[in-house]
Amino acid sequence: MEKKTLFDKVWDSHVVSEVPNGPQILYIDKHLIHEVTSPQAFAELEERQIPIFRPKQIVATADHNVPTKNQHLPIKDLLSKNQLEQLTKNCEKNNITLYDLGHQYQGIVHVIAPELGITLPGMTMVCGDSHTSTHGAFGTIAFGIGTSQVAQVFASQCLLLNKPKSLRVSVNGQLAKGVTPKDVILYIISKIGTNAGTGYFCEYAGNVFQEMSMEGRMTVCNMSIEMGARGGMIAPDDITFEYIKGRTFAPKGNELEEKIAYWKTLPTDEGAVFDKEYAFDAADIAPMITYGTNPGMGIKINDRIPVLEDESFTKALDYMGFRKGESLLEKPINYVFIGSCTNSRIEDFRIAAQYINGKQKAAHVNALIVPGSQQVAKQIQEEGLTAIFEKAGFEIRQPGCSACLAMNDDKIPAGEYCVSTSNRNFEGRQGQGARTLLSSPLVAAAIAVEGKIIDITKHLN
Amino acid sequence: MEKFTTLYSKAVPLPVENIDTDQIIPARFLKVTNKVGFGNNLFRDWRFHENNEPITSFVLNNPKYSGKILVTGDNFGCGSSREHAAWALTDYGFKVIVSSYFADIFKGNALNNGLLPIQVSPSFLKEVLTLITQDPETELVVDLEQQTIAVKDIGLQETFEIDAYKKLCLINGYDDIDFLVSNTDKIEAFEANRNKTQSIVI
Repeated sequence: MEKKTLFDKVWDSHVVSEVPNGPQILYIDKHLIHEVTSPQAFAELEERQIPIFRPKQIVATADHNVPTKNQHLPIKDLLSKNQLEQLTKNCEKNNITLYDLGHQYQGIVHVIAPELGITLPGMTMVCGDSHTSTHGAFGTIAFGIGTSQVAQVFASQCLLLNKPKSLRVSVNGQLAKGVTPKDVILYIISKIGTNAGTGYFCEYAGNVFQEMSMEGRMTVCNMSIEMGARGGMIAPDDITFEYIKGRTFAPKGNELEEKIAYWKTLPTDEGAVFDKEYAFDAADIAPMITYGTNPGMGIKINDRIPVLEDESFTKALDYMGFRKGESLLEKPINYVFIGSCTNSRIEDFRIAAQYINGKQKAAHVNALIVPGSQQVAKQIQEEGLTAIFEKAGFEIRQPGCSACLAMNDDKIPAGEYCVSTSNRNFEGRQGQGARTLLSSPLVAAAIAVEGKIIDITKHLN
Repeated sequence: MEKFTTLYSKAVPLPVENIDTDQIIPARFLKVTNKVGFGNNLFRDWRFHENNEPITSFVLNNPKYSGKILVTGDNFGCGSSREHAAWALTDYGFKVIVSSYFADIFKGNALNNGLLPIQVSPSFLKEVLTLITQDPETELVVDLEQQTIAVKDIGLQETFEIDAYKKLCLINGYDDIDFLVSNTDKIEAFEANRNKTQSIVI
């Protein structure tokens, strides 16, 4: 019998038909939308008088362009206000479920779909957002699409695609203390580069991922796009099924049992062949931080910036205000952001709060906590984390994408360094001229407390 | 979608690697709900100071360079899926982007907007970048039917790959929506036939 990968199994079961010598028509189970990349797609269909084919398979929320303060008040920025109103109108008109500002389920699209039990193993999911790869943590084929493709899914619940090649990244062994899922993915990207995955769909394998929580798996899969891969997947297992059980929209009872039986057939067959493979030893991974302007420019926090003679590398360091060969330790930091679709789930805040408990942020640091969803916000309150953060001088905001992409007012000033748990350190990503250093929530929390970059491994009990 | 067959044009050199879509069009310009006018903010923070004065050293502000072809470094269009990047490039007037590597989502977005991403070998890219940088009057010739890109008059030419279906779409100005909608019967049959355990629609 043909040996298949997890990706093959899910992909092949969603192929409607094939264009001779061309792409395949792939069926999409769930389509997530938000305010920024959907309006032009709605307009396109309206102009061509094509109805939305399967509105019940679409879920909408407002996240990219929402304020994180006073969400109950009218939005001051008129363009943002209009964009959000447009989403509401489009959803009402087309009978699409919308978790708008103020709704108990509102939040970052890649945080809410898993926590509500919308994301399930074996599905195909798309969203006009490159971090849709997050949902691959469930053994789901999930990837970001452009607005033209949003319109295609609106019109047909399908996309025309060539099947990507397969890539497997295995990490086996024991992670050291203080090494979190974010460090694992930053390490992988620093080793294989930002385009190693282009044209591929990635599977993460090995005991490190098998032992990881769903939140951790989501952090890893989230950043698949940062190595160029359209998506990343992890085989569903008991940890996955336990996470799904009891979630608001997840199947229940017999239906769930039937599905679990099917989901158990999805993991990659032994002996299945991948087009490309990488393997790493968990013991080589340390707490990471980035020093440049793409997520591949990362080092172990106590390493030195590499010395490379390359124009783009030099340009990146000039932007960051760093020198080749220097250490980042002791660099003062004025801004810390803990949030984004990479690291704004309950586990991320638990880790940060555990470190912060009983400590104070450094006086000069602006430390921002932005929960990924209303449900996460509620949970951090209930678990007493809010009190820990507030006592330590952190500012807690309302859910949204916030300073990850700085579309709203949550911007880092020009020239300032921000240690951020988000996914992109591109020039100006967090505000014009802002300089981003990506890290885990644990490293970010420790830097907020110390006010400078430190070797976290020396600060753990 | 506008048809694409051949193009004769001067080209603009931008030899930077890993240009992400945040550079092509920063997020703060994504608040509008239509597709027009993004060209004004193409490469905004490389092109203009915060006070909106042009940064004279940036190639798009150099009057010597013009044309409908952008020749740029490896891994162009990485990062965010924003199709606004493709809209900004076409709105500015580009019809072709040449690089040694394109990010997946950007490549798809470009093709869906009649913007042709041409992947060439690193050595060809280097030669073309040198030629157009030294002589801004250098003309490039793109022939989609033949899948070739050449530097006019000097015999430097390379063939490029493009998906046969996408090539047909560009030459004829078709887009995927009409094709998919014409397959509605097949899609409905697929939905009806799915095994219950695979039917995960809620």
